[in-house]
Amino acid sequence: MIVDKRFLVPLLGFMLLVAVLALGFKLRDPHLLPSQMLNRSLPAFSLPRLGDPSKTWSEKDLYGKVSLLNVWATWCPSCVQEHPQLMRISREEDISVFGINYNDDTAKALAWLQRYGNPFQLNIADHDGQLAIDLGVYGAPETFLVDAKGVIRYRHVGVVDEHVWADIFAPMIAELNRQAGGS
Amino acid sequence: MQIFRYLLVFVLMSGPAANAAIDAYVFPSKDLRVRYYDLIEQLRCPQCLNTNLAGSDAMIAQDLRREVHRMILEGQTDAEILQFMHHRYGDFVLYKPRFNSSTWVLWLAPGMVFCVALAGCIVMVRRRQGQRSVSLSDPDRQRLDQLLKDKA
Repeated sequence: MIVDKRFLVPLLGFMLLVAVLALGFKLRDPHLLPSQMLNRSLPAFSLPRLGDPSKTWSEKDLYGKVSLLNVWATWCPSCVQEHPQLMRISREEDISVFGINYNDDTAKALAWLQRYGNPFQLNIADHDGQLAIDLGVYGAPETFLVDAKGVIRYRHVGVVDEHVWADIFAPMIAELNRQAGGS
Repeated sequence: MQIFRYLLVFVLMSGPAANAAIDAYVFPSKDLRVRYYDLIEQLRCPQCLNTNLAGSDAMIAQDLRREVHRMILEGQTDAEILQFMHHRYGDFVLYKPRFNSSTWVLWLAPGMVFCVALAGCIVMVRRRQGQRSVSLSDPDRQRLDQLLKDKA
């Protein structure tokens, strides 16, 4: 069969387009939204403490030291998976670990911490998702790296496992501590 | 064939149901309600890849619908509400993305492709016209004229 070569041009163009789009999906998971919060200060908030609604936490309670701010919930299966790593970090690493209990139920959340252990120095009860929206959170778990002045330096969507910790968080935290020590 | 009829009925009925967010938000006026539905139509659910706030039952979509309702009742303008969403969730949340350094390709590509195609068409048409005029040598042209004359 003789085919005019010119007819191959649109086909090649189409294949090129498919390749470019496929590469785009491969390089970047479309589920991961880039955070808008990077290098912004924590949003102001005043929310009840988990299990002690008569008292509140505010963004100022998170200042003073490099910290992880972890968005978690009892309805989130990945949070269970992530939990042992958070326990280890709070035990072994020189960093504060704060929790945002996101769209959850107080009784369930307290029972969950009882069962799996509590890695959080303080827990913010964000049961309407108000703070989560101000942080641009769209699921759980999400983990923010916040510097001593309350500026968000990194946001991780999904489970912080040992690789994420070793490859991403540990070097950034070392850098933040070095900057803080140097100045 | 009967089964296809049932399927057709099923498909026709499931469309509107799947698109209905079942919140019972109350608005003091019809205008505000219209604005609400307009906004949740054009805002994308951050959790979902291609569903707007109106069409999603994801937790974050429910929360954001509540925020849109609250801000409308507080008297905020559409621009302020879109800015609120963009500030937190970025370009992703707007189904009609803004024109900026990362979206200019998206906006300009159709026009550029059209211009390239138009230029290609013009070149092709010109080339064909050129071919026609040179393809007849003088003796051929005389023969053609003769033939046309004979025909008449």
